[in-house]
Amino acid sequence: MKTKITGKNLYKIFGGSAEDALKLLQAGKDKDEIFEATGQTVGVNDASFEVAEGEIFVVMGLSGSGKSTLVRMINGLIKPSAGEILIDGVDVGSCSDEQLRRVRREKVAMVFQHFALFPHKTVADNVAFGLKIKGMPAAERREKAQVALDQVGLGARADSYPDELSGGMQQRVGLARGLASEPEILLMDEPFSALDPLIRSDMQQELLELQRSLKKTIVFITHDLNEALTLGSTIAIMRNGAIVQTGAAEEIVGSPADDYVAAFTKDIDRSLVFTAGSVAEPGEALDLAAADLKSALAAMERLHRDAIHLVDDGKVAGIVTYRDANAALGRNGGTLRDVLNEDFPAAEPDTRLFDLYELAQTGLPIALTNGDGRLSGIVEPKAVFAQLSTGGA
Amino acid sequence: MISPSDFDFLAIPFADWINLFVRDWLVPNFRPFFRSMQWPVSQVLNGLSTFLNATPMLVFTAALALIAWRTAGRGVAIFTLIALVFIDLIGLWPETMTTLAMVVTAVFFCVVIGIPLGVLAARSDIFQAVLRPILDIMQTIPSFVYLVPIVMLFGVGVVPGIIATIIFAVPPIIRLTNLGIRNVRHDLTEAAVAFGATPWQSLVEVQFPLALRTIMAGLNQTLMLALSMVVIAALIGAGGLGLTVFTGLGRLDVGNATAGGVGIVLLAIILDRISQALGEKRSVRTVSLMETMRSLFSPRRDAAAGESQRAG
Repeated sequence: MKTKITGKNLYKIFGGSAEDALKLLQAGKDKDEIFEATGQTVGVNDASFEVAEGEIFVVMGLSGSGKSTLVRMINGLIKPSAGEILIDGVDVGSCSDEQLRRVRREKVAMVFQHFALFPHKTVADNVAFGLKIKGMPAAERREKAQVALDQVGLGARADSYPDELSGGMQQRVGLARGLASEPEILLMDEPFSALDPLIRSDMQQELLELQRSLKKTIVFITHDLNEALTLGSTIAIMRNGAIVQTGAAEEIVGSPADDYVAAFTKDIDRSLVFTAGSVAEPGEALDLAAADLKSALAAMERLHRDAIHLVDDGKVAGIVTYRDANAALGRNGGTLRDVLNEDFPAAEPDTRLFDLYELAQTGLPIALTNGDGRLSGIVEPKAVFAQLSTGGA
Repeated sequence: MISPSDFDFLAIPFADWINLFVRDWLVPNFRPFFRSMQWPVSQVLNGLSTFLNATPMLVFTAALALIAWRTAGRGVAIFTLIALVFIDLIGLWPETMTTLAMVVTAVFFCVVIGIPLGVLAARSDIFQAVLRPILDIMQTIPSFVYLVPIVMLFGVGVVPGIIATIIFAVPPIIRLTNLGIRNVRHDLTEAAVAFGATPWQSLVEVQFPLALRTIMAGLNQTLMLALSMVVIAALIGAGGLGLTVFTGLGRLDVGNATAGGVGIVLLAIILDRISQALGEKRSVRTVSLMETMRSLFSPRRDAAAGESQRAG
């Protein structure tokens, strides 16, 4: 995929000339030591990252970790002390004011933590703000604002004032304002942290749904790891201004880079992060047409399994357990088809472990099939629970 | 007791220095410059004064009462009506109109000068640091002290009186414009910039509208200060109600002095109420007459005559 935003060795030092502090940083001093020596605060410390087009890139960190500073470098609200920040190859850290304004008007929109809606403007005027700044005529921008409001389900509230709306609705307006100017990149600075937990998870789902059709490049800031894991295609974890780990949700939780990340991920519900594919084993299946009871039993013994899948014309047809097969063989005259359980548990490789609980209750191995019904692997019930228990406790 | 002033060689001829500076340098070199500054003021004043004096009393009263009703509600409108009729009946109508023209002219120039300065001060910490002590000095110098250099530089008459008034009344609107814009929520300004607004666009679209309430409070203060100074300006030849009070004092004519004073107070209350209402929410509130009268004479409002109202 194409890279949309690139950060290269970014630094931000607050308070005075950056040079001394940068030298100290390169000498390996940490944030506190530098503050003591120079009185300057290190906002961002040697951060490098790449955001691919169309992905949700989540930056996660506690307050003071520099995540808000980092996101503000992308639209030039904060200039980096050193390093480069490129959008489509253009360095926004060093371009002219005029160029920067053009980037903000055409390419990058922002959604704020406390909504930052203009209290003296109606909802529609708020949404149309970016368009007005661009100089679009009133009728046209009203139309576009209406489209953006419809997208977030607030089409009927265009003429209300922000203080007449609930927090969740206000942030939808904030989102609509971001979408109205049809930017390629959406920066979201803790957009849902000020909302109730229930509304927050609604908004997360809505964002994911919108994203499915919009395919914007989103940089999303949060201090909530669960939110990061729910939304992020890629997650970067920041600490004291530095990015300590970047990766997909499974990498972050599965192999934390250091104790700091591990401490974060400790309390995470791993069943929401890991997919069936992560615990799958290569599955072996017998062809229903060729196999019989004896060959099935032999195969199970060879594989040390209690059950085996059977495929018919390449597609998984069912499962046979060792006990049933053995009993049928004892009765003499049973066929493989008689003991075939066609109501077998099946899932796809990217199903979350959370959704496998019920299937695992049957005690049978879960067949993983891709869309075409072919067996790509199997998941033993005990493997599900083994994966869940490694990080916990 | 021995003090430093006992030694003649230590004495500082401060007054002489100032005389030298003003008389021998400032006045001869800059008098034409200061004279030319009078031109815009006298244009506005003459226009306004002619207009107000030509407007029939009843028409003007009706118009002002209407404005009061639309902005501050029914109570203030009725008060305005009664007060203006009273002023006419005690025979001070022309003087009141002259004073009003002077006050409005002074406030007009205060707004034209003050709001841009306030905006600049809000934008630049350095400019604020320079401006602040100047404003402090302007507000602490007793109003009479202004008059001497003003007379030397501008001469006597109505226009120099208004210039003294402008200098005296401009600080609150500068301060409160600065304060109002600085108090606009940071994330709102940031949002404007993040959507690509130029500094001018974020000022006009976001900062100024959100600071308007505070700026209007500054305008109200400026108006009250202007009204109090316009009276003092009568000392250097400005006419109007101030002159009535001044001549009353000179002749120990208690009746006329009081009449002039009452006229000023009534005018002050009307202007204060209307300008305050403008600063509040735009929606028209209708308050009962009783309530209005009570609020007019509550202790908090004693300063309404314009004395010593200073912006923080």
